[in-house]
Amino acid sequence: MTHDILIAVLILGALGILFAVVLYIVAQKFKVVEDPLIDEVAEVLPGANCGGCGKAGCRAFAEACVAQGNMEGLRCAPGGDAVAAKVAELLGCVVEQGEPQVAVVRCNPANCGEKRRSNYDGLRSCAFQNTVYTGESGCPFGCLGCGDCVAACQFDAIHMGENGVPVVDADKCTACGACAKACPRRIIELRNKGKKDRRVYVSCVNKEKGAVAMKTCANACIGCSKCAKVCPMEAITVEGNLSYIDYKKCIACRKCVTECPTHAIHDVGFPAPAKKPEAPKPAEAPVAEKVEIPVAETLKA
Amino acid sequence: MKTFKMGGVHPEENKISNDAAIEVMPVGKQMVVLMNQHLGAPATPVVQKGDKVKVGQLIGEAQTFMCANVHSPVSGTVLKVDTCKDAFGLAKPAVYINVEGDEWMETIDRTPDIKRECTLEPKEIVAKLKEMGIVGLGGATFPAHIKYSVPEGKKAEYLIINAAECEPYLTSDYRVMMEHAEEVCIGVSILRKALGVPNAYIGIESNKPKAIAHMQEVAKGFEGIIIEPLKVKYPQGAEKQLINAVTGRKVPSGKLPIDAGCVVSNLGTAFSVYEAIQKNKPLIENILTVTGKELPSQHNYIVRIGTTYNEIIAHSIGQLPETTGKVISGGTMMGKAVVNLDAPTVKGNSSVLVMGEKEARRNPETACIRCGKCAGACPMGLEPYLFSLLVKNNRIEAAKEHNILDCIECGCCYFSCPANKPLTDEIRLGKNKVRAMMAAKK
Repeated sequence: MTHDILIAVLILGALGILFAVVLYIVAQKFKVVEDPLIDEVAEVLPGANCGGCGKAGCRAFAEACVAQGNMEGLRCAPGGDAVAAKVAELLGCVVEQGEPQVAVVRCNPANCGEKRRSNYDGLRSCAFQNTVYTGESGCPFGCLGCGDCVAACQFDAIHMGENGVPVVDADKCTACGACAKACPRRIIELRNKGKKDRRVYVSCVNKEKGAVAMKTCANACIGCSKCAKVCPMEAITVEGNLSYIDYKKCIACRKCVTECPTHAIHDVGFPAPAKKPEAPKPAEAPVAEKVEIPVAETLKA
Repeated sequence: MKTFKMGGVHPEENKISNDAAIEVMPVGKQMVVLMNQHLGAPATPVVQKGDKVKVGQLIGEAQTFMCANVHSPVSGTVLKVDTCKDAFGLAKPAVYINVEGDEWMETIDRTPDIKRECTLEPKEIVAKLKEMGIVGLGGATFPAHIKYSVPEGKKAEYLIINAAECEPYLTSDYRVMMEHAEEVCIGVSILRKALGVPNAYIGIESNKPKAIAHMQEVAKGFEGIIIEPLKVKYPQGAEKQLINAVTGRKVPSGKLPIDAGCVVSNLGTAFSVYEAIQKNKPLIENILTVTGKELPSQHNYIVRIGTTYNEIIAHSIGQLPETTGKVISGGTMMGKAVVNLDAPTVKGNSSVLVMGEKEARRNPETACIRCGKCAGACPMGLEPYLFSLLVKNNRIEAAKEHNILDCIECGCCYFSCPANKPLTDEIRLGKNKVRAMMAAKK
């Protein structure tokens, strides 16, 4: 009997050694040689694989950095300056400190809930609804409220607000740009967070003529250019009946906010005023007061 | 009885306006004529503020390839050339005309007698179709002169006329067959001559027995017109399904009917071809059904393009019922809900369908149960449940590989889904994304 056991052990042992040798040869022949630096860089990255850098995940970003040897054209938005500095240290290069940015939703149909002109009954996707019609608000440029941006965010930083327009949580937002890409009407823009987290922006992307825009939304930008005239830094341009503030030039003086007749310009991050009554926030204001608006022609129907 | 082999569903027919004879919709005080009433680029306005126009006068010229002429439906003075919000609230270029009298262009033959002989050569017929702004009235409004100019290397063997009217509620084609059968047959003969084919087949669904009998009777007096009764099944009127039913052929994936040797046109188009070629009348009118279960009366009208939905509603039923949910341009399967009732109607509008809130409201969506009914119902042999998943997960390349572009958006998948998933919407979104991806690659 021991004779049989011995033979079994010897045969299996020989097979085991044979397989071990084959595996070893194969492992050596097909070994992937990787720069160990890639592992080190990948270690310091956030690991969220959000794709904000434009690469296929954090590992791909690490590979790109090591392959290039520097960080030109490569920025990890969620990691921010801290991560950029660490990676630069590993690569042995210098990196520029970028300005922190945040996603900004440029639409505020304050009375949208009451003024809904129709009831959308189709697929709950902004991309789809955009191909069907103007949207429940009636504004062909305005927010559709189906939440494609909310679904795209991997950092839980954007949620649907009460009046059907999304709200960004500036603390969680990493400015990866996923929501901006998801919005079919390009309402969301990545803008500088601003000094002391204060920023001013035009909360409208409507390019219709002033009179038409006002019929749809009380807080629309009508392209009157009063903001551009009053801006001390020449940061505002009005093109296609729409005003735009260049965040690189803006010093957040808020002259445009008070000047705007439709309250289309928003300021964020400023402390509440002590005594002086500020221009009423659009969410509380009823229909805008009657103002002199140069109207080209009244459109019938 | 012939039918197409793959898929199909049986929605309720609801042909409640079948017996309403065609009436003439009166013209209002102002007409707004959109410059894009066809598949392709908008026509270029050739009139300006202050110009006087007559009925049938050219006001928009086709200046690019995929385009069609647009003619004035009224006589009067041009108020302005501007934009107008269409049925979906989007601003589109249009010509506004203040109506004065009803003066027609002298070239148009307004006598009621029916002209049978057509002395034009095929090329002249196609040129006249272009001049008269004829577009397909089956819904897609494809410019007829392009369809009837068979490209080099391709040959037309069959002319098929779609008189199936498979879309529920619509009855305009039925009324045209009952009231203008002879004109239709002349139009079909003209199209047959333009293509140079021996026979034209008019496919009629068997739920219209009176129309089949009447057309068979009238067609006896014409050479090469064969009436083909078809089994009632949606979407029998879709061109690829018609080709399969009448000829047994299949249009290859990604190709057009001409690649299977067939040219398909709607019955309404054949009627407008008669008016254009024999009476020199450009396309300025639609035959339109006004229907709905909650309406006090059902109607079929001849409506001039530029008449608004509100004007049609006011004249036919006075006002919308209190319980109205949606006003649909088209039928229940492929129609689109109208958001702006002040919008003008355009070529190819087949109906104003008023649906009550309960009937119009979509049922709530639940999860896919992988039953496969959608794949069974799809007349193109596609897999809607798969497209729904691929589009949701943004796998656009994969969607293209599974032939999502072959979808004809008939709605059979959504109709058959027990979970009420808006499959047709999801597939439409997928098709848009695939086209965007292909355009970006170029």
